[in-house]
Amino acid sequence: MITVNNLTKRFGDLVAVNDISFAIRKGEITGLLGPNGAGKTTTLRMLTCYLAPDAGSVVVGDYLASMNPIEVRRIIGYLPESAPLYADMIVYDYLWYVGQIREIPAETLPTRIREIANVCGLAEVMHKNIGDLSKGYKQRVGLAHAMIHDPEILILDEPTSGLDPNQIVEIRNVIKEIGKRKTVILSTHILSEVEATCDRVIIIDRGKIAADSTTRELTEGGDTGNSVTLRVSGVEFGTLADAIRRLDGVSDIREAVDREGLTAANVLTGTASDVRPSIFRLIADKGWTLYEMKQEQQTLENIFRKLTRGGEHEA
Amino acid sequence: MKLDGSLIIMKKELRSYFYSPVAYIVIAAFLVLSGYLFFDTFFLFGRSELRGFFELLPITFSIFIPALTMRLFAEEKHSGSFEILMTLPVTTLEAVLGKFLGATAFVGIMLAPTLFYAISVALVGSPDIGPIVGGYLGALLLGATFAAIGIFASTFTKNQIIALIVGVLACFLLTLFGLDRFKMLMPSALVGVVEYLSVSGHFHSIERGVVDSRDIVYFLSVIALALMGSVHVLDERR
Repeated sequence: MITVNNLTKRFGDLVAVNDISFAIRKGEITGLLGPNGAGKTTTLRMLTCYLAPDAGSVVVGDYLASMNPIEVRRIIGYLPESAPLYADMIVYDYLWYVGQIREIPAETLPTRIREIANVCGLAEVMHKNIGDLSKGYKQRVGLAHAMIHDPEILILDEPTSGLDPNQIVEIRNVIKEIGKRKTVILSTHILSEVEATCDRVIIIDRGKIAADSTTRELTEGGDTGNSVTLRVSGVEFGTLADAIRRLDGVSDIREAVDREGLTAANVLTGTASDVRPSIFRLIADKGWTLYEMKQEQQTLENIFRKLTRGGEHEA
Repeated sequence: MKLDGSLIIMKKELRSYFYSPVAYIVIAAFLVLSGYLFFDTFFLFGRSELRGFFELLPITFSIFIPALTMRLFAEEKHSGSFEILMTLPVTTLEAVLGKFLGATAFVGIMLAPTLFYAISVALVGSPDIGPIVGGYLGALLLGATFAAIGIFASTFTKNQIIALIVGVLACFLLTLFGLDRFKMLMPSALVGVVEYLSVSGHFHSIERGVVDSRDIVYFLSVIALALMGSVHVLDERR
């Protein structure tokens, strides 16, 4: 449905999007995930023909974006970040205006506006000024605006940012409902959002793709493995690390900070093997004292941190 | 070229003038000022004509029209709705043209109440109809030209005040160039060029009732230039 090849965009010295390529299949909800400033919005703006890329190509449906921007815009419904709609217009008038520009015939437009108002839960605010609406309602008007022409592809930039938890759940449900029939791309920096709504995730960091797979593969993938948190006394970290590295199934060990002055470590393992019994036996044989041992599956959060280099540039 | 998008945008723009109080304030202020200019000479000379009103129109329009157009793109850029406009299936030209047509239609609405002056003149005397028809044709062309210039000024910035000042300045300069006292200060070689470039000469010859195609071509070219410039700026500065 969408094919992106070697897309690059520079703003002065800053390379916002650096030579990325990906393909988005029909009927999937794809999450574009990355820390703030990773290049998500810039990527979406190039998909929607708002920005022209410095290099590379975007193909949407059967159209090359640089050759047929108007055709591409026709098959896409796009909601920019924080839904910048005309504040001085009434919701109904605004949807009417967008419907006309989207070339919906005047006879069917009133029915279509009613339908979309129901899907997005706008019935009671249809005659209010957009500027007077709460953020949640504004976002829903934005969704209605993006979907009024029943587009094949829906692109949403940070659709849940600034909403309260209830509104987030509502918007996610709307998106999931649409995603059953349409191709949806949404950008977010919230991991749980991707886990909750997306079939597929593309992680972007500093303008490059750090990961591209299904959400399930990424959370359950063979190479992600488990992490065992360990707190021991009676031994220095160096000695402990040497002994544990020799155990089967251990891929790495890292020192962790401990407030009580114990020796703490994170042991990374493959998913297949459970190393807890052998760690316990080792500690018992050496006569050290085990305070705590806890195994966790690596979550999307950990993977994200690892792929985006520990969020070191987030602050 | 397809104009459907432009017409839809024009209608929307025309309506949104009336959503905000700005439109009413501008119309009221324009009518008060032009009413004053009209009646000031109306009773004095016992002449049945609209000279006083049309004479100063380039200067009144220099202030009022950029005030109407200042928000057209500056506000869209400021609020971010420009991104929505430019991802709808309309070309930049259609968007610019739509806003231009909306602004020009508003100028027409603003001028309509002044027809009252023409009617009152006709009631008390027997005015020469040519200058009145020419005056309104010239007024519309002048209004459209200043609207295009105001829109061009509005594409450069997110700040409406800057758009207003730049727009007023540009319209003023185009008007001043044509005034006689300004021409006296010019080297004689330049006078012809400057006079051609200025709106004043072209406007006043139409306003006197002499509709010359060269004057119309002048106005249409300035409009085309300003609108093409707007499209260029909007496409380059994203």
